[in-house]
Amino acid sequence: MKFKALTALSGVLAITAAGAVSADPDDDTLVINGEIEIVTKTAAPEHMEYIDEVMSGWHFRSDETQAFELDDFDNPGMLFVEQAMDVWDTVEGEKGKSCADCHEAVEDSMKGVRAVYPKYVESAGEVRTLEMQINDCRTNAMGAEAWKYDGDDITNMVALISSVSRGMPINVAIDGPAEMMWEQGKELYYTRTGQLELSCANCHEDSYGMMIRADHLSQGQINGFPAYRLKNAKLNSVHARFKGCVRDTRAETFAPGSPEFVALELYVASRGNGLSVEGPSVRN
Amino acid sequence: MADDVKPRVKVPKKAAAGETITIKTLISHKMESGQRKGKDGNLIPRSIINRFTAEFNGKSIIDVTLEAAISTNPYIEFDSIVPEEGEFKFTWYDDDGSVYDTSKKIAIG
Amino acid sequence: MNFSRRETLALGLGAAAMGFMPFRVNAAVDDAVAAFTGGSDMADAGIDLTAPEIAENGNTVPISVDAPGATSIIVLAAGNPTPGVATFNFGELAGSQMASTRIRLAGTQDVVAIAKMADGSFAKASSTVKVTIGGCGG
Repeated sequence: MKFKALTALSGVLAITAAGAVSADPDDDTLVINGEIEIVTKTAAPEHMEYIDEVMSGWHFRSDETQAFELDDFDNPGMLFVEQAMDVWDTVEGEKGKSCADCHEAVEDSMKGVRAVYPKYVESAGEVRTLEMQINDCRTNAMGAEAWKYDGDDITNMVALISSVSRGMPINVAIDGPAEMMWEQGKELYYTRTGQLELSCANCHEDSYGMMIRADHLSQGQINGFPAYRLKNAKLNSVHARFKGCVRDTRAETFAPGSPEFVALELYVASRGNGLSVEGPSVRN
Repeated sequence: MADDVKPRVKVPKKAAAGETITIKTLISHKMESGQRKGKDGNLIPRSIINRFTAEFNGKSIIDVTLEAAISTNPYIEFDSIVPEEGEFKFTWYDDDGSVYDTSKKIAIG
Repeated sequence: MNFSRRETLALGLGAAAMGFMPFRVNAAVDDAVAAFTGGSDMADAGIDLTAPEIAENGNTVPISVDAPGATSIIVLAAGNPTPGVATFNFGELAGSQMASTRIRLAGTQDVVAIAKMADGSFAKASSTVKVTIGGCGG
């Protein structure tokens, strides 16, 4: 019920501070290229106890930033998707293979994949992120070198794979063999870290819709990742973002690709179950 | 020539004779402003796209001078009259002397 | 000396304006304007400049200019280290005298657009864009 009280409070603030910019999420709707409808607000998944409605970070951005996502031509993140498209067809490694040799057209073979990751991969016996799967392909199927976990090459490839699932609902499994890792991720989400003693939840569950300095706090959803950020003019991966957040609590962060961040990604992704895959999104 | 410089344009495939259409253009380019310092503490020299032109069948639509305040991956949107069928030519001029261009045909109908 | 509440407020505003203005309207901007207009007077109407009131990041600020009947439009960012942004010269097939682009702003400042009309007159518009600092660096 905390959310409803907050909304009521923000409503009062918005009225009294007429002309000031409200930190509230707005009610705009997102349709990409005039055809891909993105679910940016929906009822929270059952496992969430303290939030009634989940929202894409898109709602917390200004109209100008939001507009970048309406058309792929205007979305700078799509430049990196194009680069990854070239890489998709490029032969690399000792086995003389490209991604396309096994997976053919990315639009077909990868459709829906982003929506269910991270997931428990039976053959590997572990929960894997898309990055882990890509590097597994590179080292085992291609005989190529693994990419740096949160480097540009892999983030661009994740963006390509994400782009062909846009509009499909996020649907990561949290039960069965994934449950233990999901519980670990949940534990991390609610654990305060660093000199500022902040958990993910302190900002993104208790305080979303409020201002943090001059910025609007979102729910910290990751359905829009990889995200093109205006601030660094490139695509940013989920783990790079986690690292930035944890660092801002003035804690030693986990490494991108570490089991802790994989668990956290699984948990945070599951908080967006029902939202559409939106990446590559555009954020500030 | 800088890496990953790739022009792209969005132009309708057809228009009515005399119609005004909107054209979007973008070139992937870092637009190094000359204001930033590198890891060694020295200024990174300016390296930008400094001019963009658009023509249709040899006649000018727009000729733009760009300065270092234009964002990475310069984006320019403008309107053009389409008097007849023909070809648009878009040209970008780099500080380093490189010239990038691309063309698009448009039909009347 | 005793100040009334109102006087104190006025003093504060005056001081803020003094501190603010000299850096925003700098000599480089005057030079750029003079080079474009040759010192001619500028009308307040005839050109529209669209820019966000608040930019979430100064790296990529969408703007557009529209001046029906213009032959060229210059855009200046008064608070940047160098004020030049772009000059749009419209050709014979221009469908309008409108253009949009994305610009860099080093901080909160005025963006200025000046149009040169076909008859040799000039028109000016300006817009203050507040550039916010982020919440978390991320």
